[in-house]
Amino acid sequence: MVPVEYYTGLSIILFTLGAVGVLVRRNAIVVFMSIELMLNSANLAFVSFARNYEAMSGQVFVFFVIAVAAAEVAVGLALIVAIFHSKRSIDIDQIHSMKG
Amino acid sequence: MIPDLILFFGLALVVVVSAVGLLLSRNAVYAALNLLINFTAIAVFYLLLEAPFLAMIQITVYNGAIMVLFLFVIMLLGAERLAPGPAMPYQRPLSILLGVILLFEAAYAMFFRSKLGVSPTPVPAGFGSPEAIGQTLFSSYLLPFEVISILLLAAMVGAIVLTMKTRRRG
Amino acid sequence: MFFQETLSQAPQFFGLVPWIVFFPVIGLLFNIAFGKKILERGPAGEKIVGWVASIASGLVFLVSVLLLVSLLGHPEGKTVPLAEWIKIGNFQVNWAFQVDTLSVVMMLAVSLVGTLIHIYAIGYMHEDVRHNGDPGRFGRFFVFMNLFIASMMILVSSDNFLMLYVGWEGVGLCSYLLIGFWYEKGEDGLGNALAGKKAMITTRIGDVGMLLALFVMFWAFGSLDFHTIFEKAPQVAQASPGIILAITLFMLVALTGKSAQLPLYVWLPDAMAGPTPVSALIHAATMVTAGVYLVARSADLYILAPQAQTAVALVGGATALFAATIAVGQFDIKKVLAYSTISQLGFMVAAVGMGAFVAGMFHLVTHAFFKALLFLSAGSVIQGVERGEHHLAHDPKLKKHAKSLGHEFDPQDMRNMGGLRTRMKTTFWVYLIGAIALSGLPPLAGFWSKDEILAEANQLNVAVYVLLTLAAVFTAFYMARQILMVFFGKPRSAAAEHAEESPPLMTIPLMILAALTVLGGVINLPEWHTLEHWIEHTLGAAVHKAEFVMLVAVLSTGLSLLAIVVGWWIYNARRYEAFWAEPAARRPDDPLRRLIGPLFDLWKNKYWVDELYWAVILNPYIALSRFLADVVDWRFWHDWFHDQVLVAGFNRLTGLLAVRIDLGIIDGIANGLGKLAQRAAATLRLAQTGFVRNYALSIFLGVVIILGYLLLR
Repeated sequence: MVPVEYYTGLSIILFTLGAVGVLVRRNAIVVFMSIELMLNSANLAFVSFARNYEAMSGQVFVFFVIAVAAAEVAVGLALIVAIFHSKRSIDIDQIHSMKG
Repeated sequence: MIPDLILFFGLALVVVVSAVGLLLSRNAVYAALNLLINFTAIAVFYLLLEAPFLAMIQITVYNGAIMVLFLFVIMLLGAERLAPGPAMPYQRPLSILLGVILLFEAAYAMFFRSKLGVSPTPVPAGFGSPEAIGQTLFSSYLLPFEVISILLLAAMVGAIVLTMKTRRRG
Repeated sequence: MFFQETLSQAPQFFGLVPWIVFFPVIGLLFNIAFGKKILERGPAGEKIVGWVASIASGLVFLVSVLLLVSLLGHPEGKTVPLAEWIKIGNFQVNWAFQVDTLSVVMMLAVSLVGTLIHIYAIGYMHEDVRHNGDPGRFGRFFVFMNLFIASMMILVSSDNFLMLYVGWEGVGLCSYLLIGFWYEKGEDGLGNALAGKKAMITTRIGDVGMLLALFVMFWAFGSLDFHTIFEKAPQVAQASPGIILAITLFMLVALTGKSAQLPLYVWLPDAMAGPTPVSALIHAATMVTAGVYLVARSADLYILAPQAQTAVALVGGATALFAATIAVGQFDIKKVLAYSTISQLGFMVAAVGMGAFVAGMFHLVTHAFFKALLFLSAGSVIQGVERGEHHLAHDPKLKKHAKSLGHEFDPQDMRNMGGLRTRMKTTFWVYLIGAIALSGLPPLAGFWSKDEILAEANQLNVAVYVLLTLAAVFTAFYMARQILMVFFGKPRSAAAEHAEESPPLMTIPLMILAALTVLGGVINLPEWHTLEHWIEHTLGAAVHKAEFVMLVAVLSTGLSLLAIVVGWWIYNARRYEAFWAEPAARRPDDPLRRLIGPLFDLWKNKYWVDELYWAVILNPYIALSRFLADVVDWRFWHDWFHDQVLVAGFNRLTGLLAVRIDLGIIDGIANGLGKLAQRAAATLRLAQTGFVRNYALSIFLGVVIILGYLLLR
């Protein structure tokens, strides 16, 4: 059986990669994917702790997170489609009308 | 022990490589495929961690629904590649630097702030089964469960409204 | 014995005493409310208004009589509290009525004389308001008269010095109002108003003395009640005699103002500007005797301060002689009586000053009778002459005579009279009775009271005795002169020739007063001493037992008779007519001037006291006021301090504040803050790139920093 710290370390690495992806990529869909990656890293940590402490709550939380992620993706992609219709692009650097 | 470790590190390698691939791929479709591999590997981790129901959910919801949605949108918009945009020279190195710092911080926390090397005990039978999840979900977490249903409904309505608006405008 | 027992069982009427104030107040309120409406009915309305006031006054007399009856049974008297006025800690002042033998004597005298004068005034004012051309003022006169009766009753019935002071000021106010009754008349159209002002201010000087006396009493005794003060007075006198002396001397100042003694007497002759019933009631019979009552009331204090007694006696004696001499040189019928009043007040003041309180009160009562009689008769004479003048003006046959009268005909000047004996018979006889009483010839009231004062003076203070005796001689002389000039010989003016007798409404009160003048002496005849025993109930040991001294009586009567004979010799009808017949250029104003020229001048001009006051007090005072007003107030305070210092300084200060401080510093700070915010915003705006990834980077930076902080903490 692998100690829980290994899973935690993997989760951290995944989370950092996801975060760097959000910051580095310009494609809105890829940014979205990176966010999903971060969510999954958190899920992985949840499940590993649930296994470690034999608590079902951790798994239930992951269930909730997946449900929320589904909702988020539905709305987020709808937004991207709407933005694309007006801007003809999904480059998030093109959207900077809030510049001061 | 050793086979477990081999399995873990092998899967971990797959997970990290696919995540890096996601970051580096120029084409959005490749990114989506990398993410697909990543999610599948994580589902296997779930199985290892005595969460078979979640593993199934991961496969069906993420791989089956969400990733398909992503690919569908990419195809729909024809936005596999982007035209070169305005340069932000500091953004990339700064992001990577911060990422590295975060990693170091996490490593510091892991090695100096937590007890290492505690082997988990075997879990009772039926842990992580659909029955057990259902027991918890419909007793302790009934209210959040119902709220989630409302959230999903709202997301559905929102998605429809957003896309309808654009159609009318177009 | 039986009489005494009956009286002690007789019903007591002490509870009625507040009505002596309430009745006149009701009367005056009635006349204020309805007087104007009633007067619209003409002479009949005047009768109603006058009789309401008279009945109010008459009811006061009735209550006084009931109190007298009650006192016969209970001579110790009673204090009837009506209301609590002031209460501060232990200090308390009530509005309470002290009914004792002394106050009831005053109540009786004031209400009896007051009622008769009210009735007389109905007739007198009927003509007076028409003569002066404003019949609407009839009601106002009786309102003031009732107010006076109420104030005087408060004064005499009070059981403490503060309430007495209230009455004291109240009668002063009425005096002022009634002196200035015809305020638009007199010299230059404001002579009467000036006379009222003079009376007010002069008595005010005395009232300050009264106030100081009150302060010292409060300080020394902690109370203003008669009872408390008189009880504690012997102890205080033993501990510090200066306090009692100060109180009594301050009261003397008050007395000189109110009772017209030296040196504050100057207002009383001018007060004759008021209608004659006012002169009779206020300035002869009642108000001016308040000072005498005050000293008699404070007898317990005065006997503890012999120096003050001497001072009071000397002031009284000096005033008596001083005023009597001035009266000799006067031509105005009322001025003679005014100086006579001052002189007679001097008699009373001297008496109470010497400690002969009963004699003083006795003379107060008899003087109220005969001086009221004389003033009212003089009023009758004046109106008789005015009637004659009126008759001339409206009779075409006599118009020629009227022109010779000139415009400045003075119906009060005795040189314009003469021969009224046959034309105004009733008036003549009552006037004669009053004059004889004033001259002090037996057996009229004036003789008994004056003689008692002289007998006491002979025993207690010889200097005062000499002064008073000389004053009595002059009194007899000037009364003889007046009678002879007014009533005897031939009329010296057309108006006097056609003078008419007054109506019964005026002559009947005169007759009653004449009867009182004749019989008034019985209240304190020698051997009987009714009044003395009566007042002894109140004043106790302070009463000095009077004795009848035959030598004094004979001497004073003889000297008075001699003075009358001298007067007859100088002013008898034949001689005076011969004097009058001389050419006006060569003839002096009075036969007496030929005999004692400069002295007569001195008396005629009243020793130039008024001029002296003008020169010594008023002119410097006015000059000082002018200086203060023109130089100090106007030029210094207004032109320099106000305009230069205050206004200019303020302008400079506001200029500094507005330009330098406000615009420079305050606005600078406000504008600077605004500019600072603008500049800071311009700088910070650069951070707002609009790129989502930049914002995400900031959030990530924050996460890293916060996580680092939490770990390394």
